[in-house]
Amino acid sequence: MRYLLLVYAAAEEAAALDTRLALELAERGGLLAAHELEPVTTATSVRVRGAATLVADGPFAETCERLGGVYVVDLESLDEAIAVAARLPAARDGVVEIRPVVRREG
Amino acid sequence: MSSVATVFREEFGRSVAVLARTLGDLDLAEDAVQDAFATAVERWPRDGAPANPGAWILATARNRAIDRIRRDRTLAGKRELLARLEREAPPAPADDDALPDERLALVFACCHPALAVDAQVALTLRLLGGLTTEEVARAFLVPEATMAQRLVRAKKKVRAAGIPIRVPPPEALPDRLRAVHATLYLVFNQGYGPPPRDELCDEAIRLTRLLAVLLPDEPETLGLAALTLLHDARRAARLDAHGDLVLLEDQDRSLWDEARIAEGRRLLDRALALCRPGPYQVQAAIASLHSDPEPDRRRIAALYDRLAELAPSPVVELNRAVAVALAEGPSTGLALLDALAEELDGYHLLHAARADLLRRLDRPGEAGEAYRRALALAPSEPERRFLAGRLHELPNGG
Repeated sequence: MRYLLLVYAAAEEAAALDTRLALELAERGGLLAAHELEPVTTATSVRVRGAATLVADGPFAETCERLGGVYVVDLESLDEAIAVAARLPAARDGVVEIRPVVRREG
Repeated sequence: MSSVATVFREEFGRSVAVLARTLGDLDLAEDAVQDAFATAVERWPRDGAPANPGAWILATARNRAIDRIRRDRTLAGKRELLARLEREAPPAPADDDALPDERLALVFACCHPALAVDAQVALTLRLLGGLTTEEVARAFLVPEATMAQRLVRAKKKVRAAGIPIRVPPPEALPDRLRAVHATLYLVFNQGYGPPPRDELCDEAIRLTRLLAVLLPDEPETLGLAALTLLHDARRAARLDAHGDLVLLEDQDRSLWDEARIAEGRRLLDRALALCRPGPYQVQAAIASLHSDPEPDRRRIAALYDRLAELAPSPVVELNRAVAVALAEGPSTGLALLDALAEELDGYHLLHAARADLLRRLDRPGEAGEAYRRALALAPSEPERRFLAGRLHELPNGG
């Protein structure tokens, strides 16, 4: 199963990713992507309404926690994904959202 | 000879569990087992029940699952699913012990914390208990369509999010078992009422007993089974002929179910022998003391002290205050209750307990005020009738 882990940190400066964990996952073959994101102040939101493309400064949703990084992992089940999420430092003061990636297979 | 109905209760969950574990798909498993029972309803009365009904249901359900997978054009990973079903050889029809019991894996999937609590409850009752969607809906007083949708969503989440159908590894077991206990206890309490819904209590007891068989060395599992049995033993005495609540001390003990009390106490003894105390065991011990002819009020109050240490919460403190009042007198209890007044101001039982102690202390004016407050907050009709009765009995009529 593939999962997207959205890492919301409580503070902008808090590390969203954990290098050791990422390496460990990579070794097990479970890591597809790991990216740290630039601060929310650099976010741009785009909407197309009718013929107009509306571009705005800032994130889509204002929350207390900032989306600071994303992982894409390939793991056996939700339980393994929960175990990985629980080891991220951001889970302690922020929150990690786990989203299964849609499977398309024959 | 077994009738379909008697086989159904036990074998529905068992067969769903085996297939769900093999297929990793609750929907497919449920439909296949449902089909198998539909076939049984047709054939058994005509041809007679098979020698081993459980094995027959499972083998038939397995064939139905294979048919469904073959027919389905859109299903992902068909070949893999069929291969898995082939690998799982059908059980020998004569040997009941050879039937695999995968229900524990299914319990943990149904009570997974990634599911909302009402979804956990619905899945558990439907898949493990074999209750129909309509029965589950009726028990929870929601429209059948709402419950059907809740079940569809829950099964979809299990599949799409990859919730595993397996017993968690040892390091995760304590947390996950707590979630299972909480869900089963919620089902029991929903059934306990008021108003009581016996079929939910029966189902909660059946499932906690099963869990206690599957996990014989988990003291809190045994404790929960003991607790539900000891409470349920008083079922026939809890309401009078008019459906009004009868307080524990006023209940007709001859109506208590001695067999359930004995079974609950046996389970509690086994739990305590494992020397790992927990909140369910303490509550079961309290219920056990209450079942004595002359309940030892001091020991009950001491157990509430222990419970407040193990599982601190304002509601436990409220129960502790009531126990202390019975052991040491109403004024000591009242002081403890008053300390909770702010936190539990919106909870009818705080005001009901205060009213009762004020009544015992001959302070009818304040008692009346507290009864009226409890009455305004009480969520169920039997409780309101009880409180109104008490209010009416006060010397000045409240």
